[in-house]
Amino acid sequence: MHPDKKIDQFNMVIVGTGGQGLITLLQIIAEAVLFEKLDIKTSELHGLSQRGGSVEVHIKFGRKVYSPLIPQGRADLVLGLEMQETLRAVNFANQKTRLLVNKHIIPIPLVKNLTEKEVLASLKKVSKNIALVPASEICKEKLGTDVVSGIYLISLAVFKGLIPIKPSSIEKAIKKIIPVKYLELNLKTFNLAKS
Amino acid sequence: MEELLLNKSGGKIILLGNEAIVRGALESGVQFVSTYPGTPSSEIGNTFFRIAPKAGVYFEFSTNEKVALEAAIGASFCGLRTLMAMKNFGTNVALDALLPFVYTGTRGPTVIISADDPSCHSSAQSEENTRGISYLAHIPTLEPADPQECKDFVKLAFQISERFKIPVMIRTTTRVAHQRGIVALNNPKILKSRIQKGRFVKDYKKFVTLPPRVMEMKTELLEKLEQIGDFAEKSHINKQSSRKSNYGIITSGISYLYVMEALKQLNLDLSVLKLGSFYPLPEKKIKKFINPPASKLKKILVVEELEPFLEKEIKILAKEVNCKLEVIGKELIPEVNELNPAIVTSAIAKFVNKKYKIRPTRLKLQPPKRFPQLCPGCPYWLVISALKKAVDTKNVIFGGEIGCYMLFGNPPVNLQDYLSCMGSSVGIAHGIKKSTGQKLIAFVGDSSFFHSGIPPLINTVFNKSNPLIIILNNETTAMTGHQPHPGAPATPNGINIENIVRGCGVKYVKTLDPVKQTEFIQTIKEFLEKPEVSVIISKRPCIQIKK
Repeated sequence: MHPDKKIDQFNMVIVGTGGQGLITLLQIIAEAVLFEKLDIKTSELHGLSQRGGSVEVHIKFGRKVYSPLIPQGRADLVLGLEMQETLRAVNFANQKTRLLVNKHIIPIPLVKNLTEKEVLASLKKVSKNIALVPASEICKEKLGTDVVSGIYLISLAVFKGLIPIKPSSIEKAIKKIIPVKYLELNLKTFNLAKS
Repeated sequence: MEELLLNKSGGKIILLGNEAIVRGALESGVQFVSTYPGTPSSEIGNTFFRIAPKAGVYFEFSTNEKVALEAAIGASFCGLRTLMAMKNFGTNVALDALLPFVYTGTRGPTVIISADDPSCHSSAQSEENTRGISYLAHIPTLEPADPQECKDFVKLAFQISERFKIPVMIRTTTRVAHQRGIVALNNPKILKSRIQKGRFVKDYKKFVTLPPRVMEMKTELLEKLEQIGDFAEKSHINKQSSRKSNYGIITSGISYLYVMEALKQLNLDLSVLKLGSFYPLPEKKIKKFINPPASKLKKILVVEELEPFLEKEIKILAKEVNCKLEVIGKELIPEVNELNPAIVTSAIAKFVNKKYKIRPTRLKLQPPKRFPQLCPGCPYWLVISALKKAVDTKNVIFGGEIGCYMLFGNPPVNLQDYLSCMGSSVGIAHGIKKSTGQKLIAFVGDSSFFHSGIPPLINTVFNKSNPLIIILNNETTAMTGHQPHPGAPATPNGINIENIVRGCGVKYVKTLDPVKQTEFIQTIKEFLEKPEVSVIISKRPCIQIKK
């Protein structure tokens, strides 16, 4: 059992853009939490908000969870699938919040985008616990596609103890949530994060 | 997920609020389900669309919410257990059918779901609070807070409907409908075929709302509501915790969860009354809460999203039983935008004079706004490109509509000069064309056209105006998640839109593939000069369904 298991409540925000599969990640974590017999509430948005715009989902689990939304400054982990979107989510972070960030920028059309360097410098003002991981790059190189970069990051997060859930629960949840057609790729991703 | 929805019982599974509503209906033995899709209610229809044959339930995506409700009314009149679902604005569309249905009442129990979207995450047009319709229609209304309650309240709603022969509304909000949580399952009521032949038994007195009978019906309805009020007084869905404090909170729906979280965070033990039934209100229970024997209760905070409906009711009740009681609501709780834990925590802290500071992390550097966009490869890009080449966009008025093409309003497209409700682009276009000689192009989607675009098109012919209408036919209801509609190929023998347009008396009609840019551009130019209404049907499937 993970040492953090005794925590009263764990708050996690995942941010990215529409189409990056945030709701699938949320479903996997929710199922994994259910395997560990903890309470959980999550929040997501559908429809207009998904059309390539900014997406933010909330996951809260622990002994007893009331609301599905995480208050400002009270996230334990912010998982950013895109760097500029991570910067948008800093209002959920405090100095102790861990930021696990995909070293990846999805350009916003027709405007001046922020650079990796600019985003990182700003994030450092918020928290010292930043892990910048080139997940998209790793997945493309090792697996031939970066659609699984989110799966890579949540897997990495459980192996590194950034999410207080057993890796085996996440593996079981991946098997439950991911359609058979894509399961092999996703399990490969999970194992890649292990090594 | 389907397997879990259909078979398992006794277990605990994770469900989205909308899925929990489906499960609650299945556990209530639902037989007939109709809907028109709209966020945040869409997954109710999507789930039934997938599972209905297996579950032995009749399901349809109707052409619009009024038609969906009318279908449900017909099923109820034949004695079937019926569920109808829609988003907030759909309730407005269905309103004309809703009011008389509450008068006639049900034969088969009927539950109506209406999903609000505070903060308008996925809704244009207004930040509607459908609870106002509960008063207008006199429809009993329940407000669940989480997925478990979504399931339980739907079951209770079926019970109330069965007992009092009245339709019952469940009002959710985005954070309830799109909240996932753990739900304990019970047995689905009937697992074998649920689609039984109903039977319409003639009963003129019950089903025909004609005066003077209709006034008697109103009297009977008000009597029913009194009985339902008594039922609500005893129901566990209106629950109270702790009575010790000088401070009390009354709340409902998702706000209850924020209140409980705030109390935990502030380490407070206040008296809390959670109202599960919004209409009719359990007035005696509220009176008892605000005027307990030997009370030290001095102040009440009403925590509710959007308009202060509960607050007004409670202020009136307080005047009756405890006139010294201070009732606070919108002084501390904003009326615009959805609530969240931070807003509610700081409001409660102020309410009890406790110090609470949020130090929000603010950075100088802000990323640019990432507007939602049409998908890469969306056929609408071709229409946009043709329009920009065909006309001087500054000198043409562009009428917007509800669907993916709402995004025409965002940069870099900027082709949307007005936007209102479903079907309105054409209706408003007529009024504008009657009032000015300016050129006008109105967009309407295929699903929107079937929903409410046809009567205003007929109006342009009948009352003679000449807008150019572009029907963006992508062969699906794309924005809400690719549900089928009457013209889509997924429907057997999909109805041909051009035939309808011609049938309405429109002379200038062309169906074009926007890939053929030259012809498309030429037709826009030509049609804009016509003295009568003209229609281009831009036909190319949504890139998402083409995949």
